[in-house]
Amino acid sequence: MAPPVNRRSSYSRRAQYTTFLSYTAGVLGAVVGLALVVISLVNPEFFSTLRGLADDATEPAAQVSAGGRDLGRDAWANLSGFFHSGSEHARIERELGEAKVRLVEAKAAMAENKRLKDLMGLSEQDGGAVTYARLTASTSASSRRYATLGAGRDRNVTSGMPVRSQMGLVGRVLEVGSSSARVLLVTDSESVVPVRRAADGVPAFAQGNGDGTLRIRLINLGINPLKKGDVLVTSGSGGLYRPGTPMAIVTDLIRDGAIARVLSNPSDTDYVMVEKSWAPPAPPPPANDGTVKKR
Amino acid sequence: MFQRIASRSTSRQRINHAPSRILARGFPWLTIMLGSVVPGWFLIASAPVMPPLGFLIYLGWRQLRPGLLPIWAGLPLGLFDDLFSGQPFGCAVLLWSVTAIVLEIVELRLPWRNFVTEWLMAMGLIVAYIFLCLAFANIAGASSPIRVIVPQVVISVLSYPLVGRVVAMFDRIRLAPIVLLR
Repeated sequence: MAPPVNRRSSYSRRAQYTTFLSYTAGVLGAVVGLALVVISLVNPEFFSTLRGLADDATEPAAQVSAGGRDLGRDAWANLSGFFHSGSEHARIERELGEAKVRLVEAKAAMAENKRLKDLMGLSEQDGGAVTYARLTASTSASSRRYATLGAGRDRNVTSGMPVRSQMGLVGRVLEVGSSSARVLLVTDSESVVPVRRAADGVPAFAQGNGDGTLRIRLINLGINPLKKGDVLVTSGSGGLYRPGTPMAIVTDLIRDGAIARVLSNPSDTDYVMVEKSWAPPAPPPPANDGTVKKR
Repeated sequence: MFQRIASRSTSRQRINHAPSRILARGFPWLTIMLGSVVPGWFLIASAPVMPPLGFLIYLGWRQLRPGLLPIWAGLPLGLFDDLFSGQPFGCAVLLWSVTAIVLEIVELRLPWRNFVTEWLMAMGLIVAYIFLCLAFANIAGASSPIRVIVPQVVISVLSYPLVGRVVAMFDRIRLAPIVLLR
């Protein structure tokens, strides 16, 4: 199709001016864009209020679609579950029997733990849930991994709080609006979480790769002790993330660490829990008079 | 002008009905804005998998009806997209405005078009857009490797003809004769 004739600027002065002005406005748009990019590179927090307002405005609609998302997933699970419910039922009953025995053992171990901790004078504060909410939206077209949480200042969410599902760590709150909040997912390449191997506590950092996997960097260099299938939990060093939150499972080994898969796929979780940010217990005050008490 | 286009393009012409002026002007803007917001609601993605639908629809409107969106349309529409995209703010304003200018210039040079040339043109713009978005995100503090966006580039390029069809459908809705003339 040839371009329509009326896009040519004619001998009419008015038409020529209009064309010129529209091109000028286009170039002006590009210049404004460049200025905005520079501002947001220098000061990334500058537009957070604006983004918060936009997220607040679209939050009701996003909540509805998040509900629809859950419903669709459940419908599919129900449909597929219908076909192998018999064998599944038998297997689950068998596992439940085993699990009940394990539960009693775990309770005994927990009591033992508590007794020992009391003996040593350690106190453990409970992991306080601030609120439960849905993840309503995410930046699915960008290489950054942000999600929008359906709770904000109205439910006491503040920035820096860790967000987890029942399966494991999801991310942390970055910006807070009045009824929504922006969450930096652990798979974003700017997110670094201190972790340790659940079995023996080998310390490492888990950094997002941006493609749904995590890169595990070991702190102690040398022989790589990680193996496929190792489960990593947060170590809590440096504060923020409560220690012992399940985080990832190792899928591939590389020279100086491993590639791991996140345990809690955020699109499979309907509700997430916002926790209080964790602060490590304060170290004992130093003896200021230079003499150390001997016992 | 819209009456003329309408009488040419709609096959079922109803006597003494005309397209709504507001719908004919505003519908493209509305669809692009919805394309910016709605894909984020469908899944909590842990990798960039969805095509940048707002940009694809914007491109679709520009190629289907050159001159319908003004050249400066990238400024307001890009601002809106930036609110939800997660990119550094201003990224879409800049890239969408530049896209409009590039498209205008290319169309002045290449008056004759067909499906393949339009798709090739769109392909170049989409690939450049996604790569530059990654570059801006990386300058702003991320460190994602290029392989992260390869699936997204493929999905976007392949889905563009489909988006074009949908935009053509929107165009028929836009020019549906619904206002009664007196």
